[in-house]
Amino acid sequence: MTRRVAVTGIGVIAAPGSTRAAFWESLRNGRSAIRPMKLVPEGALRFPNAAEVPDYRASDYMDEKEADLLDRFAQFALIAAREAVAGSGIGITPELKSRTAIVTGTSSGGRTSEDREFHSLYAQGSSRVHPLTIARTMSNAGTSRIALEYGITGPSYTVSTACASASHAIGQAFWMVRNGVVDAAIAGGSEAPFSLGFLKAWEAMRIVATDTCRPFSRDRKGLILGEGAAMLLMEPLEHAQARGAKIWGEIAGFGMSSDAHHLTQPLAEGAARAMRLALEDAAVRPEAIGYINAHGTGTLANDVTETQAIRDVFGAHADKLAVSSTKSMHGHALGAAGALEAAATLMALDEGLIPPTANFTEADPDCTLDVVPNTARAANIEWALSNSFAFGGLNAVLAFRRGPR
Amino acid sequence: MPAALADRVIQVIAKTQHLPPESITIDQTFAELKFDSLDGMNILFAIESEFDISIPDDQAVKIKSVREMVDGIERLLAAKEAAVQG
Repeated sequence: MTRRVAVTGIGVIAAPGSTRAAFWESLRNGRSAIRPMKLVPEGALRFPNAAEVPDYRASDYMDEKEADLLDRFAQFALIAAREAVAGSGIGITPELKSRTAIVTGTSSGGRTSEDREFHSLYAQGSSRVHPLTIARTMSNAGTSRIALEYGITGPSYTVSTACASASHAIGQAFWMVRNGVVDAAIAGGSEAPFSLGFLKAWEAMRIVATDTCRPFSRDRKGLILGEGAAMLLMEPLEHAQARGAKIWGEIAGFGMSSDAHHLTQPLAEGAARAMRLALEDAAVRPEAIGYINAHGTGTLANDVTETQAIRDVFGAHADKLAVSSTKSMHGHALGAAGALEAAATLMALDEGLIPPTANFTEADPDCTLDVVPNTARAANIEWALSNSFAFGGLNAVLAFRRGPR
Repeated sequence: MPAALADRVIQVIAKTQHLPPESITIDQTFAELKFDSLDGMNILFAIESEFDISIPDDQAVKIKSVREMVDGIERLLAAKEAAVQG
């Protein structure tokens, strides 16, 4: 059984907006949400800026006892899943509960909670840590909490492939729906990486920009970390059409590869192979792709390598397609990145508007693609790709199609 | 350039990279030594500890050879000294 897969619900909480609509409103206007960091003490790090969810209070979304059980990353997962499910209008009936999958991605899981507890142990003379530390820090906490919310008893798990986590999660869920393993899936990613210890580890890697995230610009200085979650509700296209649901778009293909090259340096060949496999899986010609939501971290290495990979896959068509990095606006939310970018890509197809690469200054001669600098562009596009390339050389690419008109 | 400083830098690089110090000379580039970006980060981290300095990212990215590393450290040490005296 092979079925077309529609996305009928999108939930987002991230720096540019705490709902799907607010997030897209920022992106379509090219508004970057990168600001001075508030979650760690000022001056503690070489880089002062990040893309934090502004003024987030868990109690706006759940009671305090509930919030106590969950690390910020799992709270984000739950909040985004609720919006996706509610927005889809799908009823998770008793029959559907065992026929629904949940696949989430996260890179660092509940490390912020772990950091706090271990600090009390190592530095504050405590002899014990909070009894919920394991439950808070486990990377599957988001998936498990979403399952509890809806009584979902189908295949449920979490994948962790650093910056590609959410794209791997969405791809796996897509395949399960397409192949008839399940009849619905909630999939995406969530991340809340703002603990001092973890940020210090990023600082030591020297790839976080001291100013802002300027993907594909000549003067780019690195990535900017972000946080948040996005979740997609997907179901067979026929089911969505039968119940008259709003269809944001289709997930049509998924490609994965491993560079087997280096722990941190990307390889164009591995990225290109994942893009080719996604196109093949979607049974679409490269020339049909109108937009690529790039991995586009804004590091020196990624943007050059990704440009080479896109040129390798698309040849002359590389000069005809639009490529933008929305990380310039929502930051690099690591294990949530692929989900935020999937959400952006779906809304771009739905509206026929390509979100820009914000903070763009000047073209880099080594990054010669049309990166839609600073201002969104109306475009009649039917097909798009979203690229995610992780540290460790693990690549995941999703292919999306505009919903039937 | 003080020879003692250069020697100390070479010792730190050698230790980080698990190489014999005599295999590293002041005029070699990191590319010639086959150091990649991860090696570079490790070396910078070890150098910061050894000399109790902080090497900003925008300076770090320009260091491509042992000599440039030694020169950069010399400048940072001089600045540190000046700050203490000032």
